[in-house]
Amino acid sequence: MNVIFSLFAILIIIAAAFLGASVPRLDFLFGVAIPYAAITIFLGGIIYRVVKWSTSPVPFHIPTVAGQQKSLPWIKDSPLESPHNTWGVIGRMALEVLFFRSLFRNTKMEMKNGPKLTYGSSKYLWLGAIVFHWSMLIIILRHLRLFMQPIPAFVLGVDGIDGFFQVGLPGLYVTDVLILSALTFLILRRLTVPRLRYISLSSDYFPLFLIFSIAATGILMRYFFRIDLVNAKELAVGLFSFHPVVPQGIGVLFYVHLFLVSTLLVYFPFSKLLHMPGIFLSPTRNLANNSRMKRHVNPWNHPVRVHTYEEYEDEYREKMKEAGLPLDKE
Amino acid sequence: MAGPKLKPEELASKIKYSLPPKGWMDQPVEFKEGTFSYSGNPKNIEYMDLPNPRKWQPTDPDWKLPENWKEIILEGLKDRLHRFRSLQIFMDICVRCGACADKCHFFIGSGDPKNMPVMRAELLRAVYRNDFALAGKIFGRFAGARELTLDVVKEWFYYFYQCTQCRRCSVFCPYGIDTAEITLLVRELLSLVGVNIDWIVTPVANSFRTGNHLGIQPHGFKDSIDFAVDELESITGVRVEAPINKKGAEILFITPSADYFGSPHYYTLLGYLALFHEIGLDYTWSTYASEGGNFGSFISHDLMKSLNAKMYAEAKRLGVKWILGGECGHMWRVVHQYMNTLNGPADFLEEPVSPITGTRFENARSTKMVHICEFTADLIKNGKIRLDKGRNDNRRVTFHDSCNPARALGLIEEPRYLIRNSCNYFFEMPENTIREQTFCCGSGAGLGTDENLEMRMRGGLPRANAVKFVKEEHGVNFLGCICAIDKATLPPLMEYWVGGVEVGGVHELVGNALIMNGEKERTTDLRGEPFHIEGNWNAR
Amino acid sequence: MSVTAMLQELLIRKKSAIVDKWVKIFLGYYPAESLKFLASQKDRFANPVGYTISSSAGAIFDELIGDSESSMTEALLKDVVRIRAVQEFSPSQAVRFVFDLKGVIRNEIRKEIDWIDCRDELEVLESRIDNLALIAFDSYMESRERLFRIRIDEVKARSSEAAAENGGVQNDSHVKRNG
Repeated sequence: MNVIFSLFAILIIIAAAFLGASVPRLDFLFGVAIPYAAITIFLGGIIYRVVKWSTSPVPFHIPTVAGQQKSLPWIKDSPLESPHNTWGVIGRMALEVLFFRSLFRNTKMEMKNGPKLTYGSSKYLWLGAIVFHWSMLIIILRHLRLFMQPIPAFVLGVDGIDGFFQVGLPGLYVTDVLILSALTFLILRRLTVPRLRYISLSSDYFPLFLIFSIAATGILMRYFFRIDLVNAKELAVGLFSFHPVVPQGIGVLFYVHLFLVSTLLVYFPFSKLLHMPGIFLSPTRNLANNSRMKRHVNPWNHPVRVHTYEEYEDEYREKMKEAGLPLDKE
Repeated sequence: MAGPKLKPEELASKIKYSLPPKGWMDQPVEFKEGTFSYSGNPKNIEYMDLPNPRKWQPTDPDWKLPENWKEIILEGLKDRLHRFRSLQIFMDICVRCGACADKCHFFIGSGDPKNMPVMRAELLRAVYRNDFALAGKIFGRFAGARELTLDVVKEWFYYFYQCTQCRRCSVFCPYGIDTAEITLLVRELLSLVGVNIDWIVTPVANSFRTGNHLGIQPHGFKDSIDFAVDELESITGVRVEAPINKKGAEILFITPSADYFGSPHYYTLLGYLALFHEIGLDYTWSTYASEGGNFGSFISHDLMKSLNAKMYAEAKRLGVKWILGGECGHMWRVVHQYMNTLNGPADFLEEPVSPITGTRFENARSTKMVHICEFTADLIKNGKIRLDKGRNDNRRVTFHDSCNPARALGLIEEPRYLIRNSCNYFFEMPENTIREQTFCCGSGAGLGTDENLEMRMRGGLPRANAVKFVKEEHGVNFLGCICAIDKATLPPLMEYWVGGVEVGGVHELVGNALIMNGEKERTTDLRGEPFHIEGNWNAR
Repeated sequence: MSVTAMLQELLIRKKSAIVDKWVKIFLGYYPAESLKFLASQKDRFANPVGYTISSSAGAIFDELIGDSESSMTEALLKDVVRIRAVQEFSPSQAVRFVFDLKGVIRNEIRKEIDWIDCRDELEVLESRIDNLALIAFDSYMESRERLFRIRIDEVKARSSEAAAENGGVQNDSHVKRNG
């Protein structure tokens, strides 16, 4: 039911964009108004979320430690698994954000069942996740080509590397293939592994379908139903430089693509996609394991009822005296 | 579970693609004996000023919650969302990738899908979505939202008292989502309407009043220590001093009460007493702070603070320089990650320096409390004690990393260093079951009660299974650990799953190996067992 | 009495199919969402339940159709039943998997039975399976009794602690439990 609901939602969105963009008068709506609104909601939403998270304090110092602490000088500590200072934390976060360190942990499988070579599905999760995320990043970077004039050198660099294989015309981007494969894997994984199907919600399928549709429409535009790239760029540069123009005849597919991207932007701050900014604020990862070296302050550290020594001695004075234990008050 | 009337072939065909007929939200929880803990004693709930003291049991249809229970819980949740960034983040960013799913010992041992950490958190997240998130308010169930009902409360009670707060899942989570944090906060919420368990509430009340979980009064404490001193003398021939409540001592020593009252903890206590005597440590025990452990930390941050306050208060009253802490798991999580925040700053204490070696314990410079394993490792490294490893030759030892020392402190090498210096035969369990990936004993966080035994055995299976492996492979007969709950609950676990494996503390092994000045001729260890066994295990 | 050669050979040939099916049925008693994990995670430490079951099933089957009577079967069966005894199964559900084997075997060799006419031999085999079931039942009871003994020990230890609470310290409690 969750899958069908998500699929249905995506189809409606695509249909709406298709129908809407086919009406010539709505060009401005789909080409300018909606993207601007989406960007506004995206940025505003993320800022709102991050501010909201930040206003809740971190009352306790609770890193999850995954390696030897720094204690006695002759015991070798693991600075990235159990960082004791900011540099270590930065390193740990970098490993986590760039290479998905924790997911990679799953690959360590030893003492297999007999000589048979076995594998853990979790290793594939790491692979699928990292291929998807890196492809996505590269694709976004190389899209800057469409938004900027002149095109910055690093964008051209990324573009060059991505199109390195120079297969077909127009040149095939490796990331186009990778992102669709990774997304297919991630979708199939949720659908076929029963325990994942059990935990998956509509909000898990929806973004996968949405990003898949974005990538698919993008690929269709590039390789199959070519659109007027010059006009598309004119629109994009216009958007980017706050002088929106709506060139004619870009093609409906482009507006469908743009509308799906807008949907993603709007959806982002209300969904689990918030894991992107969220990971940087996760207190089990972004704190150093220096809890006993440096005092962590809790802003709402309210007083609680305690049983004082005086009360304790009052209650047990006779017994303590009898047992020969020292007393504060005789 | 399949009905009994199906034929095998029908069953087989059923397995392949069978999915649950209903989603997880529609499967209410069923309380079966052996899988849950009994409710908190109203007398002790009242003593601790906690809400809604009454007689009830989880199996009762009516839990006698206050009339506005729903409002209380939702208000409580709202309040905690404002106070804990962790909770906000953990509610918002889980992508249900499933990396944690098979990392929980309860899931592995029971096969119950709601024991997957992600599902445990979803139980709260669904309510969060329903009442605190826009998408959930609009799309309801489609967005994974669920209304808070009595059935949900029952489910919370069942599954959040099936989490030992071991944090293994958090190691594997790409965002570090910490189920222990979620569990503790849900237990706080449940406690607001008077839903809690006796195995936690009663020790908390005991500890509040008498200073320790077992409710041992000061004279009883003294008797216990005196008895241990006598027994140590009869074993070693050396009479040791064990000062209690001594003002002006250099160091205050705090250890879980089970050490002086439980078994096999007791032999670790003998080890401490022997060691402190041998190095001539100027220290004191305390009757007021006679508990290292903190069952308050299993139920709420406030109770954690309340019980923990005694450590610094007593250190201040006695005028010691710093505090030394014994072997314990959750005690060390509280001391390491919470104490200084809750009850500090400890500016009346000094930065810990070993009076024997002069080593400055830099890593404890603010909290001013040192772990006994750090302390003893430093002694050994500096050659301050003499150890005869042969005295542990009756033991083929493996080491169970207790969850909290491993995943809250990163105290991994210190205990191993002690074992290697005290024993000739030490064998590690497989890598994915030790160190930061260690499997829980299955009984932590207040679940170590006898009525919950079946659940404990399930949860402890992954640990026991690894011990069984090294027993078969290397003839291991001794499971070392540095946690009082381990020492209490691993013996039954071993008895059920493995057999022939004793459990004991690392300082018991150190105590066994310790050569004392003026000792009599020794032939037995601290348990009174001979040093050498004839016909020892033959390596394959 | 041993299973005669003809049936034995047939069963050896069909072993992997039979054992696979048997294990599948066994795991089918667990919730569907967990089944895949139990069945596919091969690491014996990450998945002790699945490992114990799948590694024991083949060995039990071998001994069942083999010539020698040995005590291995009993130990293997015990390992499996010990797990069942703490999970949420009724006694009959806990040992039922032994009887399931009968159906699996009959199903797998249904055609061949008519050809080679080994009904009598099959009867011998099935009575052996019944024997296994009895052992499984003994193991189940033994496991449950062990659980109850552990439980009693814990309660006893606790009541001596309770006595201490009232000041009447019983310092021999630890000695008692370790004896």
